[in-house]
Amino acid sequence: MLGDSFTALCGGALALNLLLVFGILALLAWNGGRYFWQRDLVELTMKDGRKILGEVWEEEKRPTEGPRAGVDRLRLKTGNRDLAGLDFAWIDRKDIARIATPPKALLVERLEYGNFYGSIREIHAGGQVAASGPDASWRAFSPLHEAKLAERKTVEKLEKGDIGDINAAIEALRLDQKRLDLATLAPAEKARRAEALGRELAEREVEYQKLADRLSAMRAALDRDTVVLEAADGATKEIPLSGIVGAIRPNAMSGVAKSVLYLQRIWSFVSDDPRESNTEGGIFPSIFGTVMMVFLMSFAVVPLGVLAALYLREYAKQGPLVRMVRIAVNNLAGVPSIVFGVFGLGFFVYLIGGSIDRIFYPESLPTPTFGTGGILWAALTLALLTVPVVIVAAEEGLAAVPRIVREGSLALGATKFETLWRVVLPAAAPGILTGMILAMARAAGEVAPLMIVGMVKLAPALPVDGHAPFAHFERKFMHLGFHIYDVGFQSPNIEATTPLVFATALLLIIVVTIMNLAAIGLRNHLRKKYAGSAV
Amino acid sequence: MPELVPSPPEVAAVGPPPGAPDHDPAFSPQIDDPILEIDRLSLWYGEKKALKEISLKIPPKKITAFIGPSGCGKSTLLRCVNRLNDLVDGVRTEGDIRFEGESIYDPNLDINRLRKRIGMVFQKSNPFPKSIYENVAYGARIQGIKKKADLDEIVERSLHRAALWDEVKDRLDESALGMSGGQQQRLCIARAIAVEPEVILLDEPCSALDPIATARIEELMQDLKDQYTQVIVTHNMQQASRVSDYTAFLYLGELIEYGDTGRLFINPTKKQTEDYITGRFG
Repeated sequence: MLGDSFTALCGGALALNLLLVFGILALLAWNGGRYFWQRDLVELTMKDGRKILGEVWEEEKRPTEGPRAGVDRLRLKTGNRDLAGLDFAWIDRKDIARIATPPKALLVERLEYGNFYGSIREIHAGGQVAASGPDASWRAFSPLHEAKLAERKTVEKLEKGDIGDINAAIEALRLDQKRLDLATLAPAEKARRAEALGRELAEREVEYQKLADRLSAMRAALDRDTVVLEAADGATKEIPLSGIVGAIRPNAMSGVAKSVLYLQRIWSFVSDDPRESNTEGGIFPSIFGTVMMVFLMSFAVVPLGVLAALYLREYAKQGPLVRMVRIAVNNLAGVPSIVFGVFGLGFFVYLIGGSIDRIFYPESLPTPTFGTGGILWAALTLALLTVPVVIVAAEEGLAAVPRIVREGSLALGATKFETLWRVVLPAAAPGILTGMILAMARAAGEVAPLMIVGMVKLAPALPVDGHAPFAHFERKFMHLGFHIYDVGFQSPNIEATTPLVFATALLLIIVVTIMNLAAIGLRNHLRKKYAGSAV
Repeated sequence: MPELVPSPPEVAAVGPPPGAPDHDPAFSPQIDDPILEIDRLSLWYGEKKALKEISLKIPPKKITAFIGPSGCGKSTLLRCVNRLNDLVDGVRTEGDIRFEGESIYDPNLDINRLRKRIGMVFQKSNPFPKSIYENVAYGARIQGIKKKADLDEIVERSLHRAALWDEVKDRLDESALGMSGGQQQRLCIARAIAVEPEVILLDEPCSALDPIATARIEELMQDLKDQYTQVIVTHNMQQASRVSDYTAFLYLGELIEYGDTGRLFINPTKKQTEDYITGRFG
């Protein structure tokens, strides 16, 4: 009888846990997913005659005390931040005279100042009015805009490609000059080399100047063609065509078209760079930074943890000392993560990174290279944080390999090392991978220590690019966990970014899940390979 | 074939040298050219004395069986021969074992080389969690053989020798852990043979097998007699009488009687031996 109710209690606890987990996932998916769906644009005609165009984001009863308490109100995304100063407006329902969904209402997504809601009045191209009136302009818009987008791509390619290459080359030459200054050489030789470097630098700078001129000409051409947009209240705004990401008439779109748009938006969210201090655009650099940091961490933590576990389990004489080390290792897992962050800053960044700078990069000083937070130091800090998990799991994996299997190897004349390397470690590999999976999950969600060892709000470049040596471990990086904090709590436009917090959180969970699934797949593959293996 | 003359009961062929502490000389066969000679070997697990001054000679290319009730020390004795007991904490030995005349406790002896020359098959089959091929090739790889052709030849020859080739030749790359218990045990024999040892120690190799698989292992042991010295530990007296040429009976860490299998089972000289083989205890 008592046993039955205990069973029910256990089952109930499990059910509650599952409910909480699925509840949080559903909340994230709903709020994050809804953000990408294009709502209809509504045009409100107010009782005082004003017209407001926007998207209804929510509806609630006015919470404040006073004469209007309890009145229904709408939160409207009105966009046009450059005109109104704000993206959002609260409208009391009783002030509204009429609500309409005009089919020609236009939404323009811009590179700056967020969305514009209204209509196109004119398009200026090639120095003259190319189209006038909402319908004619709308028809003329798409081809002109597409041409501009292509043009903008070439400009970006020039900026990141050729100009980036030249900048890198010039920077390298400057460093060569400084290195030459520091070097101890015969004065004649030094002068000769300095002259050669100076000559090369001058050549490069001429090249750079040519490209820069070309770039500014292209930029000017890019900005020459403009659109004149008109808001619902009649205010107008002229913006360059190249500053427009896309324009749609949502009220005239079919369900299929909206679904396609939905998928496109999700894709650009995961593949684009952020804009407007992370409140718009995509979060690709954060995804990339998170994944790369976790991979670097895994490469560091698995060998470290496995070697330590091998010593503890296979070589060390079991006694009070080893027991104490084990307790210490387990307690290490309970140290607050910010402590690891501070340690990482002091040890990795200042001590090791500073030494590396003094020895290998004296020419860049006082600008630090490795002596400042970077993705490598962040990964190593997290490796320290997660190494207890790997040690414990690896020890369990090793302990589960039966003695008789080890004896089988020894009896064939294998040394202890050969036995460990060829039989015990492969058999313990699934257990070790379990440890790695736990470590990755922990590391991917960790934010606090990273804030002081190399994670930033906005990194100018990815840690991997086309310039040698391609992987730049000293660079700072962006991280999904920090992105959530930054966008949700440090943003100048909280109302607009709240859905982004949900979407980013969902994405973080998805990224962690995918990495874990990959590791689990690898583990299952190994298990199958050693079917019925010990662990 | 060494000349085998059962000693008269009153004369001990193998025994302590004069002046040794009072030792009950077992009745032992005359073996002139032993490959292994165990000389007054005692072993302690901590405080517990598990083997008591055991002396016996094992002839080459014969099958010698150690029998006795559980806990009599027969497996411990076997594991002394390839020094696997060294791995157990708190084990201490006295006395000596000579393999081809040289002490295996010689500090200069390469223990891994010794274990290559004295192979072992365990009570529970213990294939490595690898493919069938890699299991058999393991010893060769340890010895540094890398050429695929050489390894292929060793694997095929060893599996043939262990009468396993026809059963597994089409699935060499599959995990050894997917084989039946009997096949796994023959794989372990193949694995032991692959390093070309001189002696094979078998520690109750059939205790986990059904009668058919047991019969196949016994048959295999007979086939291997021409090339290898085999020492088998078994608690199955029928098995000892079926397969072995010589049998040693151990009881409570002591060697009670050692002799030609036919003679020992039909005409034991010791009361304890007789009681055991007739099933009065054990």
